[in-house]
Amino acid sequence: MGEKTKTPLIRLAKRDGLNPSAAWGIRLASILVALLLGSLVILITGNNPFEAYGIIVNGALGSEVFVRQTIKNAIPLLGCAIAIAPCFKMRFWNIGAEGQITAGALAATFIMRQMVGKVPSVVLLLAMGLAAAIGGGIWGLIPAFFKAKWNTNETLFTLMMNYIIIGVVSWLQIGPWTANQGRMAQFDEAACLPKVMNIHCGWIIVLVLVVFMFIYMKYSKHGYEISVIGDSENTARYAGMNVGYIMMRTMFLSGAICGIVGFIVASGANNTLSAEVANGVGFTSITVAWLSQLNPFVMIAISMMLAVLEKGTSSLNTWLAVPASVSDIIIGLLLFCMLGCEFFINYKLIFRSSHNGKEGEAK
Amino acid sequence: MDSCYAIELRNITKRFGEVVANRDISIGLKRGQILSLLGENGSGKTTLMNMLAGIYLPDEGQILADGEPISIRSPKDSFRYGIGMIHQHYKLVDVFTAAQNIVLGLNEGGLNIKETNTRVQEICDRYGFDIDPAKKVYDMSVSEKQTVEIIKVLYRGAEILILDEPTAVLTPQETQKLFAILRNMRDDNKAIVIITHKLNEVLELSDEVAVLRKGTYIGTVKTAETTAQALTDMMVGHAVALNIDRPFNQNQTERLTLKNVTCYDHEQVKKLDNVTFTVNGGEILGVAGIAGSGQKELLESIAGLYPVAEGSIEYTPPEGDVKNLVGMSPTQIHKAGVALAFVPEDRLGMGLVGSMGMTGNMMLRSWKNGFGPFVDRKGPQELANFIWNDLEVVTPSTEFPVRRMSGGNVQKVLVGREIASHPSVLMSAYPVRGLDINTSYAIYNLMTEQKMNGVAVLFVGEDLDVLLELCDRILVLCGGKVSGIVDARTATKDQIGLLMTSVGGKEEA
Repeated sequence: MGEKTKTPLIRLAKRDGLNPSAAWGIRLASILVALLLGSLVILITGNNPFEAYGIIVNGALGSEVFVRQTIKNAIPLLGCAIAIAPCFKMRFWNIGAEGQITAGALAATFIMRQMVGKVPSVVLLLAMGLAAAIGGGIWGLIPAFFKAKWNTNETLFTLMMNYIIIGVVSWLQIGPWTANQGRMAQFDEAACLPKVMNIHCGWIIVLVLVVFMFIYMKYSKHGYEISVIGDSENTARYAGMNVGYIMMRTMFLSGAICGIVGFIVASGANNTLSAEVANGVGFTSITVAWLSQLNPFVMIAISMMLAVLEKGTSSLNTWLAVPASVSDIIIGLLLFCMLGCEFFINYKLIFRSSHNGKEGEAK
Repeated sequence: MDSCYAIELRNITKRFGEVVANRDISIGLKRGQILSLLGENGSGKTTLMNMLAGIYLPDEGQILADGEPISIRSPKDSFRYGIGMIHQHYKLVDVFTAAQNIVLGLNEGGLNIKETNTRVQEICDRYGFDIDPAKKVYDMSVSEKQTVEIIKVLYRGAEILILDEPTAVLTPQETQKLFAILRNMRDDNKAIVIITHKLNEVLELSDEVAVLRKGTYIGTVKTAETTAQALTDMMVGHAVALNIDRPFNQNQTERLTLKNVTCYDHEQVKKLDNVTFTVNGGEILGVAGIAGSGQKELLESIAGLYPVAEGSIEYTPPEGDVKNLVGMSPTQIHKAGVALAFVPEDRLGMGLVGSMGMTGNMMLRSWKNGFGPFVDRKGPQELANFIWNDLEVVTPSTEFPVRRMSGGNVQKVLVGREIASHPSVLMSAYPVRGLDINTSYAIYNLMTEQKMNGVAVLFVGEDLDVLLELCDRILVLCGGKVSGIVDARTATKDQIGLLMTSVGGKEEA
């Protein structure tokens, strides 16, 4: 035995259930680490990190107008995170929220074009919301049907469905539904969501959805079925559950909620339909859902946090004249650290102790 | 350096989280000797040997090879020190031939089939193996696969062989063949360790026995100077009666009759072939067979979880009309009033929800009963509390995820729930696998209690000694066929062993 092999410097061991307060401690620490790393980036651009962070907070929450805009950004994030939570609980990887939002907005717009002027505003809005739910629901149901029937891969399927529906809206936008130069007309006032406390009432809808989803997941038979399937499909079959049907039902519900989010964005925030109606929300909300551990109430905080960052960092480039990509870097660092810290919650590192090393040499 | 151990473990400790799998264990392996590592399931035998195989690193303690301290950081290191481990679950590539599997991963600058075959043949001749190097693994029986695994480590020049539960999947005849080979290797001055919990094999084969109990080293004795009873005492810490109480239920009535049941898997391979038998209320019908002979498919097809292609499964309730269960889903079977309880082999993957606590798992049988769209947690909560006390389940609360309970407690939760459903047919697959002796006996007693209550019990087992002591009759499966049904009170192990192989099956037919 020429060279002696040693124990590796660092080893990993799985933790057996860390207590919740320690886990949240690690999560908080990860945010601090991210802020420190972000400071380095800001330093490199030749600015003062404290000033920069001040601007971010100020830009998102500094005035009533800013706060309102931030909340507006948080609404679709929260709604969509709620929508995908049951899918993820079921381990059905729905990354098609983007498309389901678009499908919902499209369906709502279609109904709006049929009914506007003929019925009172309340009826019109309800009809639009219902159409959006059905539209989004069907867009979610299709991949679930194929998965249940032929075991297709839902990740690819839901992703591809995004491009189809976004393409359809792009075509409508420049083709049949165009108003001027590839844009659609603004919605009639009757088709816009009314404002409550100066923000469109979508915030009330998503808060209701938060409560609904919490009860649905925790106390309903459907929620129980979803949890069992997420743990083991075989156990679900053993318990007499119809796994394919439950998958389709859950995806319809998920798509329907995404569709309602699409309706809220089109009718409440944008007052028009465009191919960019989802604007990446379908993907960002996956982060929200995971960071919240699929808990609807935690999602409120996380979606607000992301909205603050998004809004706040965008004022960085105007105030400090740094490139826009710096704000992306800061958001990226934060997400990386927060998602990465789950690793340290599940595993611990064991360093080679000097004690063992000495013992080895002594022999 | 005769007295020197080939491999010596000194004060080895290994922890997994809170659990201490091995506590301060010191054992030496000598050349030209077969050492049995004896202990119940979960006593830390495999963990200890995995540290020699380079799969785990010890937390504390030292490993010495020929007196030199070494550190085994990977399976590669392990090979370098001449250690070869044959794991319980074989690690072979199905679509490769025996020879390809044997040289897999060796860096010898290209594959020379002819030379490999010659060397494989040499090893075979030397120790008495019988294998065709060109045979593909997917065509092999379990015993042949094991042979390939053993040749694989010998080919790499292993001087120290560790076999983890090598006889678990073998028939008694194949076991004898393996033992002969192991004796040849011992005579060739190799150090051999077999990990086992079967006393008769220990006594028959090994020179010395090292006993572990709950992760602690109890002692090493010479096989010639010990007895089965003495070893059992070392293993479990106190004397345990080896007899299972087997009362006879006079009131047996026909309960479940399978007629010509045939099943195919999704690749159209026949899994059950013309299976016909009856199990009566008030008896335990054991099901024996080599692993994968159709046991799983048999139970699942009765439970409505596996498609039946031909034949009928007739259920005769204590009162009422005969029903054919073929084509019914589990829900339909339940609705038809058939009280079927099923303890599947895969406890956490099929019978339970690992991430939920006892209460959530009780709900698996009753989740449909709640009011409107909501689940009822009260009833399951009460049932969970009852089982927690009645079966002495060790868990901090009824909400503690069952995945994090020990194997024995997991099984108590599952069996407890199934029995609480007041079944008229109780099916269980390997219900004592991985359990300590006390829990195993608790399970046997529960099965017998159910039998005396008039329940038809179907018990799929792997330990023939247990089957012979527990059951009233034993059905033997071989390749999806019923190769015989014997009276457990008069049958012998050899008789069942023969039925488990196709030879016996043909003789019976």
